[in-house]
Amino acid sequence: MIEPPVVSPDRLADAYALLAESSHRPIAGGTDVLVQMTAGSGPPPERLLDLWRLDELRGIDLDHDALSFGALTTYTAIRRSSVCRDLLPALVEAAATIGAAQIQNRGTLGGNIANASPAGDMLPVLLATDASIVVGSVRGERTIPAAEFWTGYRATALASDELVVRIRIPLVADRQVRFRKVGTRRAHAISKVVLALSWVSPSLEGPWQAVRLGLGSVAERPIRASATEAVLEGQPPISDTADRAFVSLAAEIKPIDDVRSTADYRRAVAARVLHRLIRDAGGW
Amino acid sequence: MTLRESLGRAAAPVIVRPDAPTRGLATPRGPLRREGPAKLTGTALYTDDLVFPGAWYGATIRSTEAHARLLGIELDPAFDWSKVVVVTAADIPGPNVVNSIQDDQPILVADEIRHHAEPVALVAAPDRGLLGEAVARVRIRTEALPAVLDPLLSEHAFAHYEIESGDIAAGFAEASLVVNGEYRVGHQEQLYIENNAMIAVPRDDGGVAVHGSLQCPYYVHKALRRSLLLTDAQAQVIQAETGGGFGGKEEYPSILALHAALLARACERPVRMIYDRHEDIAATTKRHPAIVRYRSGVSADGRLVAQDIEIVMDGGAYCTLSPVVLSRGTLHSGGPYACPNVRIHSRAMATNTPPNGAFRGFGAPQTEFAAEMQVNRIAEALGESPLELRRRWLYRPGDATPTGQVLRESVAAEDVLNRGAEAAEFERVRARTALDRAGRQAGGRARSAHGIGLALGWHGAGFTGSGEVHLASLASVELGADGRIRVLIGSTEMGQGTKTIFPQMAAEALGVGIDDVELAPVDTALVPDSGPTVASRTAMVVGGLVIEACQRLRAVVESRSGDRSVGTGGSFADVYRDDARVHGATRIDQHFEPYPGVDFDDTTYRGDAYPAFGWASAVAEVDVDLDTGEVAVRSVVAADDVGRVIHPVLAEGQVEGGTLQAVGYATIEEIKLIDGRYLNDRMATYLIPTALDAPRIETILVEAPFSGAPHGAKGIGELPMDVGAPAVVAAIHDATGVWIHDLPASPERIIAALMAADAQRPHA
Amino acid sequence: MTVQFQVNRETVELDVPGARRLLDVLREDLGLTGTKEGCGEGECGACTVLLDGQVVDSCLVPICQVDGHAVTTVEGLGLDRGLGRPSPERRAVVDDLDPLQLAFLEAGGAQCGICTPGMLLAGRAFLASGAAPTDEAIREAIAGNLCRCTGYTKIIEAIALGASRQATTEAGRA
Repeated sequence: MIEPPVVSPDRLADAYALLAESSHRPIAGGTDVLVQMTAGSGPPPERLLDLWRLDELRGIDLDHDALSFGALTTYTAIRRSSVCRDLLPALVEAAATIGAAQIQNRGTLGGNIANASPAGDMLPVLLATDASIVVGSVRGERTIPAAEFWTGYRATALASDELVVRIRIPLVADRQVRFRKVGTRRAHAISKVVLALSWVSPSLEGPWQAVRLGLGSVAERPIRASATEAVLEGQPPISDTADRAFVSLAAEIKPIDDVRSTADYRRAVAARVLHRLIRDAGGW
Repeated sequence: MTLRESLGRAAAPVIVRPDAPTRGLATPRGPLRREGPAKLTGTALYTDDLVFPGAWYGATIRSTEAHARLLGIELDPAFDWSKVVVVTAADIPGPNVVNSIQDDQPILVADEIRHHAEPVALVAAPDRGLLGEAVARVRIRTEALPAVLDPLLSEHAFAHYEIESGDIAAGFAEASLVVNGEYRVGHQEQLYIENNAMIAVPRDDGGVAVHGSLQCPYYVHKALRRSLLLTDAQAQVIQAETGGGFGGKEEYPSILALHAALLARACERPVRMIYDRHEDIAATTKRHPAIVRYRSGVSADGRLVAQDIEIVMDGGAYCTLSPVVLSRGTLHSGGPYACPNVRIHSRAMATNTPPNGAFRGFGAPQTEFAAEMQVNRIAEALGESPLELRRRWLYRPGDATPTGQVLRESVAAEDVLNRGAEAAEFERVRARTALDRAGRQAGGRARSAHGIGLALGWHGAGFTGSGEVHLASLASVELGADGRIRVLIGSTEMGQGTKTIFPQMAAEALGVGIDDVELAPVDTALVPDSGPTVASRTAMVVGGLVIEACQRLRAVVESRSGDRSVGTGGSFADVYRDDARVHGATRIDQHFEPYPGVDFDDTTYRGDAYPAFGWASAVAEVDVDLDTGEVAVRSVVAADDVGRVIHPVLAEGQVEGGTLQAVGYATIEEIKLIDGRYLNDRMATYLIPTALDAPRIETILVEAPFSGAPHGAKGIGELPMDVGAPAVVAAIHDATGVWIHDLPASPERIIAALMAADAQRPHA
Repeated sequence: MTVQFQVNRETVELDVPGARRLLDVLREDLGLTGTKEGCGEGECGACTVLLDGQVVDSCLVPICQVDGHAVTTVEGLGLDRGLGRPSPERRAVVDDLDPLQLAFLEAGGAQCGICTPGMLLAGRAFLASGAAPTDEAIREAIAGNLCRCTGYTKIIEAIALGASRQATTEAGRA
């Protein structure tokens, strides 16, 4: 394996300065970067920027109307966070589906975002919860809505000198978030379909507002299914709504055949899972 | 050589101290695994752990096309090639063939590339960085040729068999129910956790010693001798600790050893060839994919009266072991059921895909899956319990198989079926799942469904037909002049327990403690050719030889114990140390003798295909997610007849491990190909079950001894592999009402079948 | 770069490329070959070690991230019991085993042995977590460690046995 030079700054400002100077491949927990380097997929990085010592990028904070996650927050930290478990259990559920303990101990939320895999398991949750991604550089910080962050196949809105530094998930009263990952096995599986659905409704039977449906592994990037969101918007979770959403989602997504699954399966199962989530919410 | 290396190779036996305190579980359940402490402390040395100072690193340049003419191998003139060595077909001193059944597979391609990832050239360099640079500067120039990727379109058969018994036309004439089926099973990767690995070290006598991860030292030995033109002594094969085999290290190590040895000759240094996972999956053998077409006839009074079976296996680009894999698949394809009229036609076809080879079960899992699917579908058609139907049809003593073999003894089909079904409460659970199913149909789309399924299987113990006679295995026991007892066999430990059960069997035969028996390291310079460690033959065949050798040694020593020079006379245990002092070393070589009354004609395929069969049942319970088709296999009850249990813990371990491999085969293990290249060529894409996917497995060991072996033991390793997949697929059917005819029964196939079934329903 | 860290309680200082995998540093620079490589991409868990007590795949950790931290490998398992460091020069015996290793030996949790070092460390981390040793909890704790030999049954039994002995020992102390 090629072993490119690596710098390990202790301060975020130093990391920004290094990135401004020359191109570096940032590495957080290494669970994607080292796999890519060992497999020789893509050109080897010229140099690595090791972020692991940047404690400024750690921590989960509750600031009254939002949860804020440092980019280096590991999946294990999310799973162990009582504030997360109480306020955003779907995110905890998603973190628990990633790899197994070894990966969860090193893999980070920021890494999942920047790696920009269309199958990134946390990303549909970020889409469904209107998360914003705070990125920084020597030029300062800016905030990118999750819905605008992934721009194409493994492409992001990050400039080459920018790092993901924080993730902010607004907390909304009466919001429900559901998560479902379909993989080949119960641990260590890259998703075939991964889905997060959120809505706001003060009652169980009442109409849904602010419906968000985030999906992974059904397009070249994590997407929101906005046509299906529109079908659900303002509707109560009844059988007719579920049936229409089912038809809408199957028509809206354009997945592909690949090594893990088939387009037909992904389309059918995304729609069936959505139908189930609506049915469960409606309690019928 | 450093102290560490020499000790690593010497593999002195682990002595479990006789005075160690008794610790819990171990005592009544068999002696502790002999090499266990070394494995548990990380001190057992696998091939990649061996250090040879000055060793170079080797790599393989492989084809990137399924079929092509090789026009040239070009070395970038800008690179300094004096710092590395490159080996091509022109550098092979002897025949450019990997020794096997046919002489069709080259060690390195000379002119025609026949599959993707085929070895074309070899490179070795003093360090990995330079090796990587050199490899990147080798170009192979080719001209593409049309590729045959579908075995049904292939015109070249590696082997074919025809077996007929009774009158098939009369059988179907008598049938009131005929059930047709076509079943397809895909590739399966052995996925031992230690990749293939081999280190070749030049010997002073001009020969080569290879240290590697392997099952069959004498296969490798013969391949080296033949193609490198070496004498017996010049070719030395030493097994390192081996991290799993399952058939995947049966024939493949021969080509890897040849590659390492060719490079070692070229650079005159040790060369390490340690595959990474990607290369291991892309290039090494898999379980043969197969298409089985099956037609069964049942009489009005419910007897199985006709089986017409056509089997097509995909051999891949070279013959390897395909004829014998196909043979075993053919012989087991009727399943463990008596049927008077049987016709079986089978063929193994050449395609431009990587060669397929040995994998636990060796052809039988493919065809027994089809056989069991047929039985389950017939039971459904008859409206009968699949358990009751099997009870009626299964082999009993006195029945004859399609080759005319009369099953005289050691027939435990009924026993394993009943014990498995009882332990799993098969009928009680099935009644409940039937109620659940009816309730679901009334109540709309449910979230999940529970199901139970059953399978029964058989597995011929040891080599097929006259195979054991041709092998003529040899095992030895030696009482050294120093009073140490050593068992000398070429059988290998790869996790299944060889190093533990041989001292155990020898100690019992000699009447000494297990710690008094040593096992010689597997090194062709020391141990005889006991045949390959395959075909579930080791405990039965080689174990039998060792016991007989020990019985002879004991008789020799005890007969001279009356001599005044030795002392008072007495049992072997009392006198062997004195005997050694007085008489010096005594070595007993035990050659295989054909089992009496076992006779097979290889040309007509009539007679006793196997000296004995092992019998197995599996009862699986599953939950199927009806939204996604995901299958969770909750439990498997496995009942396996092994003749005689030598070591309960190790035997259960074999059944549990084989059962999970079968569950993986049934549910998630899949290789897709594009243009003859495996797409699932990494651990991230070829998935095997994790602990969370594995069922609870309950093992029931059944003993129906085989009289031909002194201890009555038959094989164990392969039995569970034959029954797991059909049991799981039957359970999926019990849960969902749909039959999945192809393996794996993936969520994709299940959802497609459920959607098709929904579409047919009037109120969908 | 120069990195300093603890391996099995001994401090080591090395000058190695910062991007080198912890796995390669252990096996090649330090000669600790008990840690195995099965896939090189974090799928099989054969290279599992403890980093500050947590399981990690050492094939996915660059050594620059180990600087200042503590690593435990299979070679360090006996240290808690005051056992010596095992080595290939002296073949291991039963008395070299700590209670969890012994439980694996007795229950039949090791077959071919190649997943065993990683499996032991996952088991060790699980026992240290104090979680109740239910079947499901043990399965989750070893879900990142693939075994192709055992069907996991006897590995789970071994870890449960290790947990019950640990509980007995602790009860004895209390």
